[in-house]
Amino acid sequence: MDYSQFLAMKQEIGLLVLFLVVFIYDIFMPARAAKALPGVTAAGLLILTVAGFFPCLLGCPSDEAISVFGGMYVNSPIITAIKGILNIGVFIVLIQSIKWANSEGMAMRRGEFYDLLLVTLFGMYLMISARHFLLFVIGLESASLPLAAMVALDKSRYESREAAIKYMMTAIFSSAVFMMGLSFVYGLTGSLFFNDIYFTLALGEGVNALLILAMILVIGGIGFKLSLVPFHLWTADVYQGAPTSVTSYLSVISKGAAAFAFMVILAQAFGCIYEQVWEWMLYAIIILTITIGNLFAIRQRNMKRFLAFSSISQAGYIMLGIIADNVMGSAAMMYYIFVYIFSNLAAFGVAQAVENQSGKISIDDYRGMSKSNPALAFCMMLAMFSLAGIPPFAGFFSKFFIFTAAINQGSIEIYVLVLIALINTIISLFYYLLVVKSMYITPGEPVVARFKSAWSERLGLIITVGGIIALGICSCVYNWLLSTAAQSEFLSIFTRSI
Amino acid sequence: MFSNILIYFVVIPIVMLGLLAICKNVKQVRAVAVIGSSALVGLSIYLLCDYLQLRAADPVSPMFYVQSWQWFPDLNIHLAVGVDGVSVAMLILTGFIVFAGSFASWKIDQPKEFFLWLILLSTGVYGFFISIDLFTMFMFYEVALIPMYLLIGLWGTGRKEYSAMKLTLMLMGGSAFLMLGLIGIYYHSAADPANLTWNLLEIVNNDAIPHGWQSFLFPMTFVGFGVLGAMFPFHTWSPDGHACAPTAVSMLHAGVLMKLGGYGCFRVAIYCMPWAANELAWIFLILTGISVVYGAFSACVQTDLKYINAYSSVSHCGMVLFAILMLNTTAMTGAIMQMLSHGLMTALFFALIGMIYGRTHTRDITKMGGLMRIMPFLGVGYVIAGFASLGLPGLSGFVSEMTIFVGSFEHQDTFHRVFTIVACASIVITAVYILRVVGKLLFGPVQDQHHLQLTDATWFERLSTVTLIVCVAAIGCFPNFFVELIKNTFSPAIFAAIGLN
Repeated sequence: MDYSQFLAMKQEIGLLVLFLVVFIYDIFMPARAAKALPGVTAAGLLILTVAGFFPCLLGCPSDEAISVFGGMYVNSPIITAIKGILNIGVFIVLIQSIKWANSEGMAMRRGEFYDLLLVTLFGMYLMISARHFLLFVIGLESASLPLAAMVALDKSRYESREAAIKYMMTAIFSSAVFMMGLSFVYGLTGSLFFNDIYFTLALGEGVNALLILAMILVIGGIGFKLSLVPFHLWTADVYQGAPTSVTSYLSVISKGAAAFAFMVILAQAFGCIYEQVWEWMLYAIIILTITIGNLFAIRQRNMKRFLAFSSISQAGYIMLGIIADNVMGSAAMMYYIFVYIFSNLAAFGVAQAVENQSGKISIDDYRGMSKSNPALAFCMMLAMFSLAGIPPFAGFFSKFFIFTAAINQGSIEIYVLVLIALINTIISLFYYLLVVKSMYITPGEPVVARFKSAWSERLGLIITVGGIIALGICSCVYNWLLSTAAQSEFLSIFTRSI
Repeated sequence: MFSNILIYFVVIPIVMLGLLAICKNVKQVRAVAVIGSSALVGLSIYLLCDYLQLRAADPVSPMFYVQSWQWFPDLNIHLAVGVDGVSVAMLILTGFIVFAGSFASWKIDQPKEFFLWLILLSTGVYGFFISIDLFTMFMFYEVALIPMYLLIGLWGTGRKEYSAMKLTLMLMGGSAFLMLGLIGIYYHSAADPANLTWNLLEIVNNDAIPHGWQSFLFPMTFVGFGVLGAMFPFHTWSPDGHACAPTAVSMLHAGVLMKLGGYGCFRVAIYCMPWAANELAWIFLILTGISVVYGAFSACVQTDLKYINAYSSVSHCGMVLFAILMLNTTAMTGAIMQMLSHGLMTALFFALIGMIYGRTHTRDITKMGGLMRIMPFLGVGYVIAGFASLGLPGLSGFVSEMTIFVGSFEHQDTFHRVFTIVACASIVITAVYILRVVGKLLFGPVQDQHHLQLTDATWFERLSTVTLIVCVAAIGCFPNFFVELIKNTFSPAIFAAIGLN
């Protein structure tokens, strides 16, 4: 075996090293130095992120795809880019979690949170890089099961335990469904390599019922992970029960990684049966996801449940980048994920600061926050505007580009789909404005008294709000993603699929 | 980038926003607002003079100061600017109304936040009028819409939460259709897929949008802008929104923001898709015709001053869209005159209503009377605004409505003539509701003895009012100047180029 192949996995190896450092630090450091653990993790991840953006530092050619282990694992500029985007998100999550991790109740479990988080991130890396379904499943499992333990971290709270059980059950069930689908695919094509599946299907005699069933199961399995409707039923309860840091991690990082991996699978393994099999499935899923996510979000009063439904509908918009089936779509989708990370983490950052201080988590408790805590209210408002797609914030640009990319596909149906999505943005604007209304307009004494948030919470909010403002206006981010997508292997995939 | 004069219409408001953010007290806020809005008025007047010189030298080019800077190269999105006579007129209108609005909100609560949102709104408006790139146009359009939510929700009166939400959602709903229309236009903007463009001038030059697509994209775009232009049946946000908004916001919204709708309708919908405009104009003529008459009738039965004026705005803005859809030089010139005229006149109305309300604390005309004796300055102002509204010669309303109806009657067929006659009837109805209010409010018996102690306008209120009255009279007395300014946009040569008539 050629051990130099492992050099292609520099990012994974870096992450494993960081995991070991955190693990050993947690076990062997004296109790008085233990509070530095979150800082150490964040610093390590920052180094990884920066190194990831400068592949030359690690001494590998940056602009071509490297395929190792007989084609099971691929690393290419677009994959480095999405991993870098996820790293930035995880870095923000880590910063935002510092206050919570150093609180009284977490003293014994601080290490577990960071260990498990790095393991799940490792799993997501594998999901993104895998070009063979076995490796993909390993990634999927190691990204899912530790998350159940993370959801249960607040074990003194009943909801947290309940949420962990729910998450565990759905994760296992969805894996089972996914693997059932895979076994059908294997039976039909005789391979688990994405490329082999693609060519066998392209040369095969066409679509049969078993293939459609297999696709339904595969899409369903990943749909659970992405909480697409109708596989979304676990989302709100788990988001509500989990500690807020874990919820924000679940809602942005886990979702972003799964969305990208979903696109890779659909394009690289099943790209040739786009029109025959999965295009209409995605149409139905997107319409359901966006609409139901939005309609259920309207009535939520708990901030975390509210953000859960909002993130369900956001996942529907992300799917528009897949259905576009072109390079512009994959770039727009990555850009959407990037912007969504910043917007959603800004919202969670405020929710977390308020919850850490006062234990209040209902939207009604945000009443009068513009007077008692104007800076927090302002950040929340920007986050809501960005999620709703209001210019000049980044959310506007990401929505506009993903719609533009989708329409580039050209059919009449896609105009109808985009129109439905656009009408849904108005519904979503309504409930995002309800939060703004509660903070700014509803009369009455402030519920949450004036307080000074911790430095870590403020740093997290500064980064996210800076991103919300800068990511759209600075065109370089989108241009970078588009050029990365254009030179990646996706170009060949999309031109290959007729 | 900064050598182009147009860019300063956006730069100055952004600088103002930055300065407002660091203001410590109300005096600094006022200073920033007044200096900034005066600078914008000055800039727009300078632009006017410069534009007239350029136009005299070159009567052919569609636009001047055209320049574009690349933004998102792969999607061909540029920050493209350029103006013709119509845009210059709109910029001047905006300048004066923001100027008057700053004085009308001299004593507002929380001035810093109020002016921040107000200036953000005007940034969007200025940006919209100078852009010729559909993407940036749309972006500025939405920037102008969202501050309304907080401005009405926070500083408004009455059912402000409901009205603010209704207004925001309806306008944003319009922009959802608009976004689809604009993306559709982009994908059909050139025959060769490699040359797709968002630039208005290039789209008009290419004239490549297939007819089938035009008949789908034209309604999308027209309805999208038409919602903001208060087209029936999408006008219902307007009365509630205007009635609940604070004075300066009503002025800016009715005076300028609603003009974005009319401007967008002709600049984007009709210019880019002349074929569909010709084919489908009848549908929208019916809708806007209903706006004109229905708005006027609704105003007759209201007793709240702001509702009366808001419905009157629906009627007058309906007239703008009505005239645009006539698709000939005279009527479209009239439409632009009507935009200017209505913008100034309605801003004057809302300013006076705000001042009266600030004294009497009621806007119900049945609870007020005889105000002419108590506050003669405001009373005379109100009468002048009313006369402008019902089209008294010498004031702006006469010029614009006359031009519109002459232009509309140029069409020979029965359909257009019938609708023109119906729309003409709205002038009579306007006279009914204006004279009813003037008679009751200003000359009737004093209803409330407390009103006898009220004072007349203060210096900043007088400044605001006089500025607007002078503008209204200027359009009325020197209409030819304005017609000259905008005529190039609607010259028969240009119409031939875009395939109309």
